[in-house]
Amino acid sequence: MGKVGIIGVGQSAFVRGYPGSIRELAFEGFRDAVQDAGVSSQDIDASVICSAPEYDKQRSPAGVFAEYLGLVPQPTFYMESLCSSSSMGLRVAYSLVKSGLHDVVAVIGFQKMSEISSAESQERMGRGADIQWESPFGTMMPAYYAMYARAHMEKYGTTPEDLALIRVKAATYGQVNEKAVYRKPVTFEMFSDPESPMSNPVASPLRVGDCCANADGSSCVIVASEERAKTLSQKPVWIMGLGAASTAVNLAGRDLFTGLTVAQEAGDQAYKMAGVTPKDIDVAEVHDCFTIAEMMAYENLGFAQPGEGKELIKSKATYKEGSIPVNVDGGLLSKGHPIGATGGSQLRTIVLQLRGEAGDMQVKDPEVGLVHNIGGVGLYGNVTILGR
Amino acid sequence: MGKKKEVDDRFKKFGTVSFTAITKVNDFIDYLEQGKVMASRCQTCGMVFFPPRADCYKCLTSDMEWVEVSGKGKLVSYSKLEFAPIGFGDDLPYAIALLDYGDYKVFGRIADNVPDDEIRVGMELVTRVNELPNGQLNYVFDRV
Ligand SMILES: [Zn+2]
Repeated sequence: MGKVGIIGVGQSAFVRGYPGSIRELAFEGFRDAVQDAGVSSQDIDASVICSAPEYDKQRSPAGVFAEYLGLVPQPTFYMESLCSSSSMGLRVAYSLVKSGLHDVVAVIGFQKMSEISSAESQERMGRGADIQWESPFGTMMPAYYAMYARAHMEKYGTTPEDLALIRVKAATYGQVNEKAVYRKPVTFEMFSDPESPMSNPVASPLRVGDCCANADGSSCVIVASEERAKTLSQKPVWIMGLGAASTAVNLAGRDLFTGLTVAQEAGDQAYKMAGVTPKDIDVAEVHDCFTIAEMMAYENLGFAQPGEGKELIKSKATYKEGSIPVNVDGGLLSKGHPIGATGGSQLRTIVLQLRGEAGDMQVKDPEVGLVHNIGGVGLYGNVTILGR
Repeated sequence: MGKKKEVDDRFKKFGTVSFTAITKVNDFIDYLEQGKVMASRCQTCGMVFFPPRADCYKCLTSDMEWVEVSGKGKLVSYSKLEFAPIGFGDDLPYAIALLDYGDYKVFGRIADNVPDDEIRVGMELVTRVNELPNGQLNYVFDRV
């Protein structure tokens, strides 16, 4: 059985208030990937459609999209694992190809968060947690991650200022990423300036500047068998390792609050399958839905020892020129986080990096890249390792 | 035990807004009304579950008994919210938190009467039943 390659990647611009319907939004990411791959809809044997369903008015979007994108009569189906839906979609596409069932599969992620009001959106996002035992207390995503931030600060002496540095980095690259929703700079001083919205408390110890930008967007990743990838693509990027894990939804069922066990476990699986170690990773995309999430990712993926993630950001090791560049496309913090599209967009960034096509964001000559994509509050974890 | 209705939707009384009405652990609400916060224990393997469950995944049995969450727990972490989801705005500001009892942990809120500057990770708190202004019931973590 051969390898599985990525032959095309695409995404829409991530925006607030996309002026179109969800099928039209999906079309943008899909067209970008199909053109990138130099294939047509009829070269694609199956499609996996990924999003977090609670945002959509459309029931079962897969059939609607497949028709709109010219992917009928091929099989299509829906895949969801909250914010990691499209990484999970890639995992499924990999197995469809690896099994020999299909040769070419498109993974299409999307989210039109503005389909509903932002208050409704917060409430629905909160329902990705335990609705029976936690939601009745009035929980929200930022507050859950804030509890991890508090535990991390308590155990390791991490400070709100360390977290602010992560946002400053994200904004550095969001400014040069034309697909990003937040293109403005963020300075360290804004976090201590009461006049700046960045300093406003959301859920202690997290502030507005620590939270990612909601957005509408779509992404698409086209995978193919080794044989088809070599025929169809000049520069296929290979899927070297895949890891996935889950944990208790209720925080009461967990033991670790200074990191995400799903990231550790998915990372270990992916490293083992790829036959590489954290030191071999040349560029990474991590799920920075909140600044603390990136800090924990440094540690859970082995880029830093537990508690030493802050040293990476202080020394700028995770900047483009550093020893382990992370989220040099702006990350979820500045590029934006359209739930179901996020994993596909992260994969796209790494594919472009490995091909040397990342423009102003290009890291010097990377050979191995990693994507860390988390669903819910560390409920689902996916780690994918790609190589040239 | 507990009062039985045609449709047993007692659980809708849990928390500021409950998203669940019908569950096999509805008696949890009767205990709250008696001022008790209960966990469940598997009668086969003895494992204690919080939140309480009707079924043990280890033994695949549904033979559970109620045990009271009592004594002191240690504060694992917390966060004070400045924004709330729809339906929770009147409660602001409030802090969600996790308390560790050793054999199990309890997720809930810190009592409003505990001053912010007294809250410390690692401090000991007790879990007590709390009646909300809208007549709903939850439980909060209060000073020992
Ligand atoms: Zn048991």
